[in-house]
Amino acid sequence: MEGFPILTIITFTPLLGALVILALPRDNERTIKLFAILLSLIPLVLAMVVWFNYDFQAGTLQFTEEYQWIPTLNIKYRMGVDGLSVPMVFLTALLTVVSLYYSSHVIKVRVKEYFFFFLLLEMGMMGVFTSLDFFLFYVFWEIGLVPMYFLIGVWGGERREYAAIKFFLYTLTGSVLMLLAILAMFFTEGTFDIIEMASRQPFSESFLLQALAFWGLFVAFAIKVPLFPFHTWLPDAHVEAPTAGSVILAGVLLKLGCYGFLRILLPIFPQAFQVYAPIVALLALISIVYGALVSMAQWDLKKLIAYSSVNHMGYVILGVSAAAYAGANMASDPALLDSATIAVNGAVMQMFNHGIITGGLFLLVGVIYERTHTRDLKAFGGLGTKVPIYYAVMLTTVLASLGLPGLAGFVAEFMVFRGAIAIIPVMTAIAGIGVVVTAAFFLWKVIQGMFLGPLNEKWANLPDMERYEVLCMAPLIFFMALFGLYPVPIINIMNNTVHSMLHTLSLMIGG
Amino acid sequence: MDWAETLILLSPQLLLVVWALLVLGLDLVVKKTKDGLAYLALAGLAPPLGAAIYLLARGTAQPVLSGMVQVDAFSLYFTIIACLASGLVILASMEYMKARTRYRGEFYGLMLLATLAMTLMAASSNLIMIYLSIEFMSLTSYVLVGYFRDDPKSSEGGLKYFLFGAVTSSLMLYGMSLMYGATGTTDLNGIASALAGMQATMAPWRFVFLPAILLMLAGFSFKMALVPFHQWAPDAYEGAPTPVATLLSVGPKAMGFAVLLRVLLTAVPHFQFDWVAILMGISLVTMTLGNLTAMRQTNIKRMLAYSSIAQAGYILVGIVSIVPFTVGIHGVLFYLMAYLFTNGGVFIAVIAFSHVTNSDEIEDYTGLVRRAPALAAVMVVFFMSLAGLPPTAGFVGKLLVFGAAVQAGYYYLAIIGVLNSVISVAYYFNVVRRMFFLPPPTEERLALPRFPMIAVLISVVLVLIIGLYPQPLIDLVSRSVTILAMVP
Repeated sequence: MEGFPILTIITFTPLLGALVILALPRDNERTIKLFAILLSLIPLVLAMVVWFNYDFQAGTLQFTEEYQWIPTLNIKYRMGVDGLSVPMVFLTALLTVVSLYYSSHVIKVRVKEYFFFFLLLEMGMMGVFTSLDFFLFYVFWEIGLVPMYFLIGVWGGERREYAAIKFFLYTLTGSVLMLLAILAMFFTEGTFDIIEMASRQPFSESFLLQALAFWGLFVAFAIKVPLFPFHTWLPDAHVEAPTAGSVILAGVLLKLGCYGFLRILLPIFPQAFQVYAPIVALLALISIVYGALVSMAQWDLKKLIAYSSVNHMGYVILGVSAAAYAGANMASDPALLDSATIAVNGAVMQMFNHGIITGGLFLLVGVIYERTHTRDLKAFGGLGTKVPIYYAVMLTTVLASLGLPGLAGFVAEFMVFRGAIAIIPVMTAIAGIGVVVTAAFFLWKVIQGMFLGPLNEKWANLPDMERYEVLCMAPLIFFMALFGLYPVPIINIMNNTVHSMLHTLSLMIGG
Repeated sequence: MDWAETLILLSPQLLLVVWALLVLGLDLVVKKTKDGLAYLALAGLAPPLGAAIYLLARGTAQPVLSGMVQVDAFSLYFTIIACLASGLVILASMEYMKARTRYRGEFYGLMLLATLAMTLMAASSNLIMIYLSIEFMSLTSYVLVGYFRDDPKSSEGGLKYFLFGAVTSSLMLYGMSLMYGATGTTDLNGIASALAGMQATMAPWRFVFLPAILLMLAGFSFKMALVPFHQWAPDAYEGAPTPVATLLSVGPKAMGFAVLLRVLLTAVPHFQFDWVAILMGISLVTMTLGNLTAMRQTNIKRMLAYSSIAQAGYILVGIVSIVPFTVGIHGVLFYLMAYLFTNGGVFIAVIAFSHVTNSDEIEDYTGLVRRAPALAAVMVVFFMSLAGLPPTAGFVGKLLVFGAAVQAGYYYLAIIGVLNSVISVAYYFNVVRRMFFLPPPTEERLALPRFPMIAVLISVVLVLIIGLYPQPLIDLVSRSVTILAMVP
C-alpha cells in the first residue's frame, strides 16, 4: 500500500464522476444514474480497503500523503486517516451509495444536475475527513455547502428556497469565524498543519486569544452538529430536503461538526476546552433533553426525526466535553483517562451509528411519503398488517435509534454514559431523561401511531416496500445488528487513536 | 539615461498611444468593416501586455521623464491588469456594441486610450502626473459612460459621473496644492523627504498635511467608489453600456488602489497612524453600506455596482493592515487580479444575457439554468468567488486581506469583514436561487453571443485556476511589491 494515494483517489473519484456526468447528454437518464451508482462504489470499496488495512494497533495517522501546494503560506496538500476518520470515511461512502441508489428510483426531474451535485457533495465530505491541513480542510468544508444548497433548493419540499438559504447562511457564518481562527493560528505558529498545530498548542501564553479562537471554532462546529441554540436551521433543512439529501445531512454533514470537535478543538485547545467544558456540556445536555422533548411534540414524522438528531448529537458532544473536562487530570489518574477514552469512543461510535440509524429513518420516511404524500403522524394508523416488511424494518430502526440493547445505538450511548458519569456525574444523570423521552416518543408516536390501532381506511391498498427500498435498508440494518451485537471491530479501529490523543493532550497541559 | 532606454521603459504606453491613434484614424477611412477595428483594438493590447511582462521579468525600477513616471514592478503589474481588463472588455463588447450603435470605431479607440490612462495612473510618481492621469482616465470614462447618446439613462449616468468627478478632482487638486505649498515639491519621494525633515506630524504642520491627505483621498476614493464618494457608481453602471460598466468596475478601480498605495507608502508614510485610522473607518462603512444596499436592488447592474463598492471595502482592509507585515499589500494586489477576472467575468455574463434579452432585471434571470445552463453555471462560480467561497480566486484574495487584518491584530475589522461576506451571499445567491430553483417563464433556449462567452470562459477558468493553485500569482505579486516594501 506504500505510496499508493488511496485517500486522494477516494476523495477525487466523485469529482471525476461529477465531471463525466456533466459531459453526458441530459436525456440519457438511465446511463447517468447507472454511472453515478457504479462510480460511487469505487470510494466504498477503497474505504473498505482502508478499514481493513488500517493498523489499529498503532492507532497513528496512516495512508498519509504530503505535497507542496502554496509554499509561500506553508500550505501543503496533506492527507491521512486515523481511528477517528476511518469509520467516517466508510460511513460517507456507504451512505452515498445507498442515497444514490435510492435516488435513482425516485428522482425524476433534472436528473443530470442532481447526480452531479450529489457526487460533488461526496467529494466535499470525504475531503473534510481525510485532509490534515487547515487550508485544505476549509476548502472541502465549504465545497460541501454549495451542492447541498442546490439539493435542498431544487429537489426539496414546499419551503425549499427558504430552507436552502437558511442552511447556507447559518453554516457559512460559522465557517467564516472558523476561517479567522485558522488564520490567527497560522500567523502565530506559521503552519496550517492540523496535527502539527496540536503539538504547538497555539496561544499558550495568552488565554484571551486562546478563548477567542476556541469560541470561533466552537461556533462553526456547533452550528454544524447542531448544538442548542445553533440548531434552528436543522428542522427546516431536514424537512425540506429530498429524502437522500436528508440522509446525507443527518448521516454525514452533522458528523462534520462532531469531527471538528474531535480533530481540532479537543487536541489543539485542550486548555480552553477544559475551562469551558462545563458550558459545552451544559449545551449538550440541553440539546439532549430539549431535542427529545421538542421531538416528542412533533406530528410531522420528518421533523420528529430531525429533532431526535439534535438529541442524539447531544450525546456525542456530552462525551467529548466530558473528556475535555477531565483534561490535565488524566495525566495523573489512569482511571480517569480510561473513562474519558470510553466516553470519546462512545461519541465516535455514536457518530457512526447515528449515521446509519437516522439515515435509515429518513429513508423510511421517504418510503412512506412517496406512497402517501403525507408525513402527518395523525394520518396513519394500523399500517402494521398492511405493510409488514415496512413495519419490521421501521421497528428495527426505531428500536436501534432509541437505544435497545442488542442494536448499535445502545452500545454507543452506553459507552458515552459509562465514560461521562465518572467525570461529570450530575449532568450525565440528567441526560438520562433524554433516553427515556426518546423511547417514549418513538414507541408512542411512530410505532403506535403509524402501525398499531385501527387501520385508517384511506391506506387500505398501501403497497409494501419495493425491492430497491429493502436493498437500500439492508446494509444499514446489517450494521445496526452487527455493531449492536459485536461492536469490537469499530471500537478496535478507534480505541488506540482516542487513547493516545487523550493521553498526549493531558500530558501537554498537565505536564 | 539614454533615450532608447526611456523608450523601452515606456513602450507599453507608447504602443497604446500609437495603436489608439491608428484605430481612430482608420475609423475615418474604413466605412464597411467596422468589425475589423474591434479585432485590431484587441490585437493592439497584446504588444503592450507583452512589453509589460518583458519589463517585469527584466526587473526594472527607474524613474523616467524627470521623475514624472516610475516604471517599476508595481506599475507593470497594474499595466498587466489594465491590458487584461481592456482585452476582456473589448472581447465582450463585439456583438453588444454592433447591435446597439453605428459609432463603433471611436469606441474601441477610446477603450485603448482608457487603457493608456490606466497604465499612466499606475506609473505616476508625481502629484501633477497623478492629477493628469486621473483626469485623463475620467475624461475617457465620461465619454464612454454616456456613449449611447440617445439613451437618456446613459446620458444621465455620464452626466452624474462627470459632476461627481469634477467636484472630487477639484478637491484633490486643492489637497495637492496644499501639499506642494508646504513641501515645495510635487515629487512623491521629494514630499517624503521634506516631511521627514520638518516634524510634519506635529502641530502646527499637522493641520496642513492632514487636510491635504484627506482632500487627495477624496479624489482617489472617487475612482475606487469608496463611501462617501460612491453615489455615482450605481447610476453610471446602470446607464453606461455594460462593457463600459465592466471596465469601470475592474480597471480604474484597481488603478485607484495603485495610486492610493503609491502615495500612501511613498509620500506620506509618516502619517501612517492617521491614514490607517481614516481608511479603516472608510473600509467598514464602505463594505457594510455596499452590501446592505446591494440586497435591495432589482437591477443586476445596480446590484453589481453596490457589490463592487463593498468589494473595494474588503480590499481596503488589506491596505489598512499593511504594516508591520507584507501580507496586506500582497493581499491587495492579489485581490485586484482575482477581482478582475471575477467581477469582469460576472459583468460579461450580464452582457451576454442582456445582449439576447435586452434586460438587466434580476427577475428575468428566473429559470436561466433551463435556458442557458452554461451561463448559469459560470455565474454561480463568479458569485462564489465574489462571496469568497473556495475553491475560487476570490477566496484566496479574501484569505490574504483578512489574514493581514488578523495578523495586524485588527480582529474586529476581520470579523466585520467576514460577516459582510456572509451578508453578500444573501444577495448573490438570490440570483442563483432565481436561476436554479424557479421554473423559467419560457423554455426557449437563449442564443448567446460568441465573443462574450469566450471572455466568460477565459475568466471562469482563471478564477478556478487561481483559486486552486494561487502560488504563481502570489509569486508575481511578491515580485511586484518589493519596490514598495520600504515601509518605515
